[in-house]
Amino acid sequence: MNAPRLSKQVISLALVAPLLLFLIVFFALPLVTMMKSAVSDPVAARTLPATARSVSSWNRTSPPTVEMQAAFVADLRQISDDQLFGDLVRRLNSAKSGFRTLMPKTRKAALDTAGSIDLVALDKRWGDISYWQAVSVAASSKITDRNLLAAVDLQRDASGAIASVPADASANKAIMLRTFVMALTVTGACVLIGFPFAMIAASVDGWKRQLLLGAVLLPLWTSLLVRTAAWFILLQDRGLINSVLMQSGVTSSPIPLIFNRAGVIIAMTHVLLPFMVLPIFSVLIGIPKNLMPAAASLGAHPVRAFLNVLLPLGLRGVVSGSLLVFMSALGYYITPALIGGAKDQMISSVIAYYATGAANWGMAGALGLVLLAATMILYAIYLRLSSERETSP
Amino acid sequence: MKILNATLIACALATVGTATAEARDLTVVSWGGNYQDAQRKIYFEPFAKLAGKPLLDESWDGGYGVLQAKVKAGVPNWDAVQVEAEELALGCADGIYEKVDWDKLGGKSKFLPAAVSDCGVGAIVWSTGISYDGDKLKQAPASWADFWDTKKIPGKRGLRKGAKYALEFALMADGVAADEVYSVLATPEGVDRAFKKLDELKPNIVWWEAGAQPLQLLSSGEVVMTTAYNGRISGLNRSEGKHFGFVFPGSIYAIDSWVVLKDSPNKDTAMDFIAYASKAHNQSKLPEYIAYGLPNIEAGELVPAKFQTELPTSPDNLKGAISLDVDFWTDNSEALTQRFNAWLAQ
Repeated sequence: MNAPRLSKQVISLALVAPLLLFLIVFFALPLVTMMKSAVSDPVAARTLPATARSVSSWNRTSPPTVEMQAAFVADLRQISDDQLFGDLVRRLNSAKSGFRTLMPKTRKAALDTAGSIDLVALDKRWGDISYWQAVSVAASSKITDRNLLAAVDLQRDASGAIASVPADASANKAIMLRTFVMALTVTGACVLIGFPFAMIAASVDGWKRQLLLGAVLLPLWTSLLVRTAAWFILLQDRGLINSVLMQSGVTSSPIPLIFNRAGVIIAMTHVLLPFMVLPIFSVLIGIPKNLMPAAASLGAHPVRAFLNVLLPLGLRGVVSGSLLVFMSALGYYITPALIGGAKDQMISSVIAYYATGAANWGMAGALGLVLLAATMILYAIYLRLSSERETSP
Repeated sequence: MKILNATLIACALATVGTATAEARDLTVVSWGGNYQDAQRKIYFEPFAKLAGKPLLDESWDGGYGVLQAKVKAGVPNWDAVQVEAEELALGCADGIYEKVDWDKLGGKSKFLPAAVSDCGVGAIVWSTGISYDGDKLKQAPASWADFWDTKKIPGKRGLRKGAKYALEFALMADGVAADEVYSVLATPEGVDRAFKKLDELKPNIVWWEAGAQPLQLLSSGEVVMTTAYNGRISGLNRSEGKHFGFVFPGSIYAIDSWVVLKDSPNKDTAMDFIAYASKAHNQSKLPEYIAYGLPNIEAGELVPAKFQTELPTSPDNLKGAISLDVDFWTDNSEALTQRFNAWLAQ
């Protein structure tokens, strides 16, 4: 009795196995790795073990002791892997600018001479206590919250208490908020354009429907970069739109459409529109066509019929379309970079800087983690709201 | 974020894939646009013919993390890359480049001293400075003060998006002498002063990232002047008959170098390619297409006089120009970039 059921389960498991494997390798694993990189910080503790032991008794305010300096030099002599040393330098320099040039110089001196070294004589920066504080903080723990704190513009001050970063030093919170506002605006614009479009496409037949759907699908098959570049050409001051407006006398000077928020919203709405139209269309196509005439025969005004009949039935499509558009819009990078101005950059451009520019994977991971968490909270609120609506009469 | 992650892993897998597969073709990476077109003509295609093997060329927009991630992933999918001075310094310290075989190149003495390093060979000396369209602008800008003066020359200005260069230029616009820029910038007050000066121009700035963008911005009239790389300006003047000007006083020059990524499967061929591109005879052809200075001393002497005057290395053009302070930027890049990004977002 049980055997056939079991084999059925095995078969169905085998059928989903490729998808499962794909999700694990391309989704779960990278996600976990990036999350881990946000909080793990083992490089200094691993490369500077003797320093870590000797700084544990240091109070971080008095001048560095001779033992600490000797332990530090001894540790530097032990590091044989250049790439590991590079990781250490990057970690220290991201806490305190200056280690980039200081560390190779110190390491070279440590390797060239056998005995003890007067670090302050080698470079006066070693006399500055803040460099030693950075070494001490980095070496004493293998996990850190500094990336996560920095991702929301916070830091630990010298006493270890959490404090905000000076307003002109970091703007991650503002950029994060902007990312959500822009994604919401694009979603709203997509609903306003996409719903009527899907209604028309669902109400006609034959070649007209093919044409309308083709108009949505064709751009989807074109590269994102090409579509963005096309918008660049259309929107610029001497582009098609402004030339037409100026030649027809609507305006005398070009309307600023590029390097500002308006341009980014226009281009992103166009790029993401298919993800709104298609789900709404697929829902509307399933609604019996005689519902609207039925409402009209009962005396409902077309607007009322739309509001009371078509809109509630099509809402499922709107919701899934909105989710698709919103989630995709959150991660946009190329379009704001090319069409937007400095105040229209989204959080992905900051993440990209840390990953590809600074090779600071910890910060990139932390910002990603904060974005993911914020998105999850929004998603949870949405689930809560939508389930309430379904149960309420 | 998810997409980024997936791409990273996909890249990693792709590189693992290439490692196990047959050795891929030599891949050379440079900075795109009309510069790479020139390189393709005088280095890439002749070298491929000479070696009898195909050569793939790709372009990039810089970023140390890109190179570091490729080497960390195992076997990199790029071989020879042209990098900026800080990427050379950072990567050499981190050990992500192969050591240069200077014997293959005829010895270090054949090159400008600043173009010689353990990990890289100088490819070009290039300059960043003010450029403008001589056909559209009757009154040419002469200094950074003019660049900042929107009353004298109304219109938008293009700047490379990043703290590097923008801060130096702002200080010069604020009256700091060119040779004192880095000593002022090394103090917190100097940094504040630079950002304050940038504030003045902020509403009129269009930021660009790739080296081909400022040419496009100038051509379309989107900006009246912009910072740009000098070679591309003269290259465009020659190929499209434009009359773009470039202001050498107050410009900042730097050296780009060829490096070979660590554990590249084609490292010997890549080194051969670099040797080929560094030969005096081959290198001396470059200024005909694009006006960059040449690190090979003999190559510099072979360049015809009519092209000499356009190079950043000509004595006239060096007057009032300064060299990029690589040490300053390797130390301060991350902190200043973070502040710059925050400033941009405000």
